[in-house]
Amino acid sequence: MQTRFLALLLVLPALIMIVLFFIVPLFASILGAFEVGDSFGLGNFSKSFDLYSKDMIFTVVIVSISTVLIGLLSIAIGGYLTLGENPRSVAILRWLYRWPMFIPFIVVGQVLRTFLAKNGLMNNILVSLGILTPLQTTGFLDWRGIVIAFVWKQTPFVTLLVAGAMASLDRSTIEAARNLGASRLRILIEIVVPQISGTLLVGLILSFVTMMSVLSVPLMINAQSPTMLTADIAFRINAHGDYGVANALGVISLLLTAGVALIYLRQTMKDRL
Amino acid sequence: MTAHIDLWWLPRAFILGLLAFIIFGPLTNLLLWTVAEKWYFPHMLPLEYGFTFWQRVFSPRGNAMASLMTSIVVATLTVIASLVLAIPAGYALSRLKLPFRGLILLAFLIPQAFPNLPVYVNIARFFYEIGLNGTIAGVVMVHVTHGLVYAVWIATAAFSAVDIDLEEAARSIGAGPLRAFRDVTLPLAAPGLMASAIFVFLESLDEFTGSYFVGAPVVNTLPLLLYTAGSGGNYQIASITALLLLVPSIGFMLVVERFLRADVLSKVGH
Repeated sequence: MQTRFLALLLVLPALIMIVLFFIVPLFASILGAFEVGDSFGLGNFSKSFDLYSKDMIFTVVIVSISTVLIGLLSIAIGGYLTLGENPRSVAILRWLYRWPMFIPFIVVGQVLRTFLAKNGLMNNILVSLGILTPLQTTGFLDWRGIVIAFVWKQTPFVTLLVAGAMASLDRSTIEAARNLGASRLRILIEIVVPQISGTLLVGLILSFVTMMSVLSVPLMINAQSPTMLTADIAFRINAHGDYGVANALGVISLLLTAGVALIYLRQTMKDRL
Repeated sequence: MTAHIDLWWLPRAFILGLLAFIIFGPLTNLLLWTVAEKWYFPHMLPLEYGFTFWQRVFSPRGNAMASLMTSIVVATLTVIASLVLAIPAGYALSRLKLPFRGLILLAFLIPQAFPNLPVYVNIARFFYEIGLNGTIAGVVMVHVTHGLVYAVWIATAAFSAVDIDLEEAARSIGAGPLRAFRDVTLPLAAPGLMASAIFVFLESLDEFTGSYFVGAPVVNTLPLLLYTAGSGGNYQIASITALLLLVPSIGFMLVVERFLRADVLSKVGH
């Protein structure tokens, strides 16, 4: 009983920080979403759906595509790092994949904005290699640009977690399957991935919620309609001072992410029991 | 068999080369922009190179140096405050019996899990009332709240990876709980804690939205400077600022695996 009290006491300061500077303002924003003039109602929500229902679908589709791509790429890279048989390729890949991980989102936005533009370096190279003519070039500064930015930035983070979990697996089952003649792809899918699925899920959920909250990437790469909800919220406040609709949009993206948080909660509860 | 192996270097080299282009192509583009005096379509490379824009950024009238200092001060204070909060919390979460442990771990994810834009707007209003808006302390508090998930989760994993027998051995030969923690558990968990400090530092350096609402225009961090320059269409200034943000990020990337070992990584979030 005494250690429980001590444990709570040790966790309490950090928890108070979260409550005071996140949960209280979060509730203020939820309350604000229902405030219409001097009374409460659903006016902000109907206005949000009228104006931004396309952007809601756009946000979910973009973040989902990005999450799937990040998952596949991190399994592929982590799998090659664990099962690869050419030591030099493994070393090069290990050195290579991590570069974008710590690059700030705002820098990613700036870097890819200049790289992927219609007259950016990527198209310039393709044109001078003779692959495209100047008239065929298209810019990628739309939904594709946002997906590329998210995958570029978040894959190394998930891969780091996944490769770490794969490295601490028991090698004997892998060796046994290898001796029995199983291909490396089959070992990856049937033996390795099921054992690290918990770590993969944690990494993907953290990435999902990060992507739902990033403002700088959609603002810098694709600010025109349709765009992501974060850009809409900033626009509502900066251009209209409309806190009601901004808060309602916040509640909507909150509900979208709450679904994902629930998956995590169920996963950890299953592990504990 | 040998012919089969010999042929495999081709797709391997192709995929690694493609990956290198995907990662370093955009970064090369950034470097070119920092020294491009004149660059327009359809020229693949800049027409003139020079450091005119560097002089403008670092001139007394350019505020890049002040922004850099502000960013470093904010990030350092954020790391100190986060570790002070996360070390006891991580220890309790990994070692002691806690009711609702899963829920408490999840609580630290909340600032990352929910759209933080409307939250920052409401914090800004609250901070304005108590005089914290536009102060370093206000920005640090926002960054600490945002970075606590890394600090607490990695600290918890780091303490979990320390063999509990060592701590109990110290206790059984007469060391008090604080002494056992200070002399045995803390040094063994130090690499993991260092990793969590790195994550928090970079998270603070990266942070844009909160600084924008709580700090601007008084506390002008590097991301704010980058955004202003970029939206003004000044790609040279924006790229130089971006490069300043990149240097510590790349430096930390090169050393992170020394601190974050596989046994700690596999326990993150558990």
